[in-house]
Amino acid sequence: MSQPKVGRRALLLLAGGVAGTAGSPAAAQVPAAAAASPAVPVGYTFLKPSEAVFVEAVVTHMIPADELTPDGVELGIATFIDRALAGSWGKGDRLYMHGPWKTGTPNQGYQLPMTPAELYRAGIAQTNAWCETTHGKTFDRLTATEKETVLQDLSQARLKLPGGLPARAFFDVVYQTVMEGMFADPIYGGNRDKAAWKMVGFPGVMANNAQNIAIFNDGRRFPNEPVSIADMS
Amino acid sequence: MARRLPPVDIVIVGMGWTGGIMARELGPTGQKIVVLERGGPRSTEEDFAVPLIRDELRFAQRTDLMMDTAKDTVSVRNNPTEEALPMRRLGSFLPGEGVGGAGAHWNGVSWRWADHDLKIRSTYEARYGAKFIPDDMPLCDWGVSYAELEPYYEKFEYIAGVSGKAGNLRGRLQPGGNPFEGARKRDYPLPPLTENYAGRLFTEATKGLGLHPFARPTANASRPYVNPDGMQLGQCQYCGFCERFGCESNAKGSPNITVIPVALKNPNVELRNWSWVQKVMLDSTGKKAVGVAYVNVQTGEELEQPADLVILCAYGLSNVHLMLLSGIGKPYDPQSGVGVIGSHYAYQGTASQQMFFEGKNFNPFLATGGLGAIIDDYHADQGFDRGPLGYIGGSTITAGGSGGRPIGYRPTPAGTPAWGSDWKRATAKWYQSALSVNALGAVMPHRQNFLDLDPTYRNRFGQPLLRMTFDFKDNDQKQNRHAAELCTQIGKAMNPTRVNPAFYPRSWSVVPYQSTHNTGGAIMGREPGTSAVNTWLQSWDVSNVFVVGASAFPHNSAYNPTGPVAALAYRTAEAIRDRYLKRPGLLA
Ligand SMILES: Cc1cc2nc3c(=O)[nH]c(=O)nc-3n(C[C@H](O)[C@H](O)[C@H](O)COP(=O)(O)OP(=O)(O)OC[C@H]3O[C@@H](n4cnc5c(N)ncnc54)[C@H](O)[C@@H]3O)c2cc1C
Repeated sequence: MSQPKVGRRALLLLAGGVAGTAGSPAAAQVPAAAAASPAVPVGYTFLKPSEAVFVEAVVTHMIPADELTPDGVELGIATFIDRALAGSWGKGDRLYMHGPWKTGTPNQGYQLPMTPAELYRAGIAQTNAWCETTHGKTFDRLTATEKETVLQDLSQARLKLPGGLPARAFFDVVYQTVMEGMFADPIYGGNRDKAAWKMVGFPGVMANNAQNIAIFNDGRRFPNEPVSIADMS
Repeated sequence: MARRLPPVDIVIVGMGWTGGIMARELGPTGQKIVVLERGGPRSTEEDFAVPLIRDELRFAQRTDLMMDTAKDTVSVRNNPTEEALPMRRLGSFLPGEGVGGAGAHWNGVSWRWADHDLKIRSTYEARYGAKFIPDDMPLCDWGVSYAELEPYYEKFEYIAGVSGKAGNLRGRLQPGGNPFEGARKRDYPLPPLTENYAGRLFTEATKGLGLHPFARPTANASRPYVNPDGMQLGQCQYCGFCERFGCESNAKGSPNITVIPVALKNPNVELRNWSWVQKVMLDSTGKKAVGVAYVNVQTGEELEQPADLVILCAYGLSNVHLMLLSGIGKPYDPQSGVGVIGSHYAYQGTASQQMFFEGKNFNPFLATGGLGAIIDDYHADQGFDRGPLGYIGGSTITAGGSGGRPIGYRPTPAGTPAWGSDWKRATAKWYQSALSVNALGAVMPHRQNFLDLDPTYRNRFGQPLLRMTFDFKDNDQKQNRHAAELCTQIGKAMNPTRVNPAFYPRSWSVVPYQSTHNTGGAIMGREPGTSAVNTWLQSWDVSNVFVVGASAFPHNSAYNPTGPVAALAYRTAEAIRDRYLKRPGLLA
């Protein structure tokens, strides 16, 4: 199949009015999304349509559907990212935002004059611009192999983004939020149905283990159905 | 113009471990005491309630209980030739903000630093000769002995509810404890925590190597406990949300459930939240403090609180910051070596060996703050010969762990991709079956590791940030490299299926979390020219200012700091109560 997998909700958004988006029966996928009864309603509050498509493409590529979990978009990771960027963290909560702005050494940590939301926005635009120049299409339209190379190159800072944004800084915030969306409590929109916790065997928030600690100390596996904040609320 | 408040006798800056101890101990003197805390109030019922508190994203990732770097931070660089840049978000260390300070979200590991640390210079000179100490390492004895601190260590262990097993009771070695510890008069108030599988394997392996493992002593209550002040601690539930979180079971010995509520029962003690101290005000001679200037961060109002005695308990780094901002003592100049405020800044060495055990489950989430087995053979044991290794210091080595929360904890074998199905498979396969042996290492003072005021960057009040110049120097590198080798040796003895390359930091980075064990900057000693405070933590220069915290440490050990931080605080409180208040002036 040549058509790369595109997240279904962004596709719906993009499709809004545009008839017959090729090869993707969007309508047929609505019940699937609804059936998952997400903790956080679908829809984006920060990501623009083209940004949502990019984020969904990254999330689906990094967290593909397989025997372990559904893909990252179905896990709600794109929703998680959208909410994180729309919220206080995305807006620079707790970030020291006074200049002068210098590159510094890697040991000195993050030094860009942008909030996570601004960094995301700029990074998506510049990565897409790079992809258009190099491949003639935006990131979401690349083949899986091409996507893999772009992500590898971003992570290794081998890729020179056209607006001068350090590739690694953008990659770091993307990777951080994908992992957070995967493993954070489902109340934030990702890790739907606690799938990532089930995948590794993390029991979640309910933990009165004064007895268990003495029982499960011989190499046997702690059997647990994970419990989330919503489960206890 | 700042509004001037009616004077009080004593003002304490900061309501964490040390502020709580000072307020608790000085309350009964009848002095009118005001504690100014920059952050908000905190209670177990409201702030640490389940399920609210069991939120890795909010508390561990977004550092909700900790210092807000948008308001104040430090600038950092590895050496004086670099330009320091602000730590724009928390990483390497996580200071507190709000009642309890870092003590609200600490782990609880509690040590008694003994004479091999307190008399470090004399110990090394006697054993290896003065030449063994490099010229650029201003190593010094602390000016107190273990015997002097022993009762105060005991006091802290009983207040905080430390679980552990004595290794040396009145000079008699005890099975199951640390054979290298200083002699103690009493055992810990609570038995050790229940060992987990990681601790068991580590214990077997290190015993097999002829080493001396024991349960890490920690203020996580292994049983329900009532402390000498009548404060009740619940039993630890091994919930795995300890470090970086508050405890819903009141099982973590924190100042919030011990010294602070006791202090506040005393009508002489008043806590003012949201009160950010900007500096200590001095009189025209510069030798006497007349109070502190602070801002109500909820109204923006500037206030002055006159007081006869000022006690800085703002965490080591903030103590040094406040001294520099206030002009207390002579700032350290790394070029000439003159001055003391800011010198001897040290941090914590680390090394680790990540391993994987096919088919074995460690259940890393069944855990608590200080859970684990540990050895002190390469640190406190004076039989351990540093001569051929050529370094001063040492490392404690442990396995156990404070939690397996999966945003932060997802070890995979080296070579595993960072995303995709293969990453998922490796993560699913090894999450339960990974184990790491970790070293905590000492850091010796170095002339080029120091704190001063940043020339460029400012906090929300327009005050210069504290500037941190730090790197792991030659001595630390040798020690950490050795620690990594030891971790590997011990790790291999545990028969892992797979082993990652051992890790130790080649230079200090502000990005990954290492430890909130920042020491030095206002060191204690017996001589005014070479120390900032005397052994009662009293400023040599402004005798009605006491500076309590790890800022007083002349070097950092392979132990966590809060044991001696608290012991020194108790000793200071006693000296203020019994001597200073009767006859204000220098105690030494
Ligand atoms: C995640 C973590 C784990 C830890 N684990 C361990 C461990 O296992 N063992 C161990 O020994 N230690 C551990 N520590 C360190 C331990 O928490 C500290 O040593 C201890 O809390 C220090 O006590 P303190 O009173 O000096 O500072 P704190 O307890 O931090 O209190 C300082 C208070 O001063 C306030 N303050 C600062 N500046 C101002 C100002 N200008 N005006 C008003 N108020 C101000 C702060 O808001 C804070 O509340 C850990 C720390 C962290 C963060």
